[in-house]
Amino acid sequence: MVVEIAPRDTLTEAEIDAIFQALADATRRDIVARVLVREQSVSTLAASYAMSFAAVQKHVAVLERAGIITKARRGREQIVHGNARTIESARGLLERYEELWRHRIARIDDLLSTEGDRHAHS
Amino acid sequence: MPILESRVDRDTLSIEFTAEFDAPIERVWALWEDPRQLELWWGPPGWPATFTRHELTVGGESRYHMTGPEGEVSAAWFRMTKVDPPTVIEFDDGFAGDDGEPDLSQPIIRGRVSLEAVSANRTRMLTTVSFDSLDDFDTIAGMGMHEGMSAAMGQIDGILLAG
Repeated sequence: MVVEIAPRDTLTEAEIDAIFQALADATRRDIVARVLVREQSVSTLAASYAMSFAAVQKHVAVLERAGIITKARRGREQIVHGNARTIESARGLLERYEELWRHRIARIDDLLSTEGDRHAHS
Repeated sequence: MPILESRVDRDTLSIEFTAEFDAPIERVWALWEDPRQLELWWGPPGWPATFTRHELTVGGESRYHMTGPEGEVSAAWFRMTKVDPPTVIEFDDGFAGDDGEPDLSQPIIRGRVSLEAVSANRTRMLTTVSFDSLDDFDTIAGMGMHEGMSAAMGQIDGILLAG
């Protein structure tokens, strides 16, 4: 019932933590929701919130570090895109549960083959 | 590797494994029936399980806990809904409160195990675990992870649907 196994493929534990920490903030979730629908400049985003440009830029930086969004310079603007693939990977937690069962089955196999060896040698 | 096949079904929120072991069916059944054997393999890495009660009969219940690397304890329970030795076990698996008794506000995982003798010394084990809802799954996946995760996961679904 405790799922603490590193996922098999794309994301490390640290990356998953970064993703969930990034998404634990309502403003950042809102930014993600917006840029997944359509790419937006940081200044357009900043205009949507009752906070400073610098504060919005900081939120964007947290999301970028977590790989949830990517930022590209276009002329004088910084354009933010959503990275749906990273978000999809975070949903791979079902696979983490699968990993737990792989571990259990490997343990059973170890137990049974240790016994098999003992019998073979006795 | 003993695993022949595994399948994750996101629509039914279930995970299915087919594994084969070089042992007679009764031997594999004993791994589920005998709590001393069950605790040798049930706990995840670093979280050995201890069963203080284990009744492998229909309506029978189990109480167990897993002890983490820092001595933290996670208590849980089973309730057997179908037991047909030595081939079928269906059970509910859930979290327990500090008193070790079932906490029914927590999600329940439905488990089904079926054993089949491929030969006298080879047994196929089909295991299916399923979750009742994505919320339940998120709650379980969120154990031991960042606090904001459950909320974040719910939000992710909204985002993906909107996208």
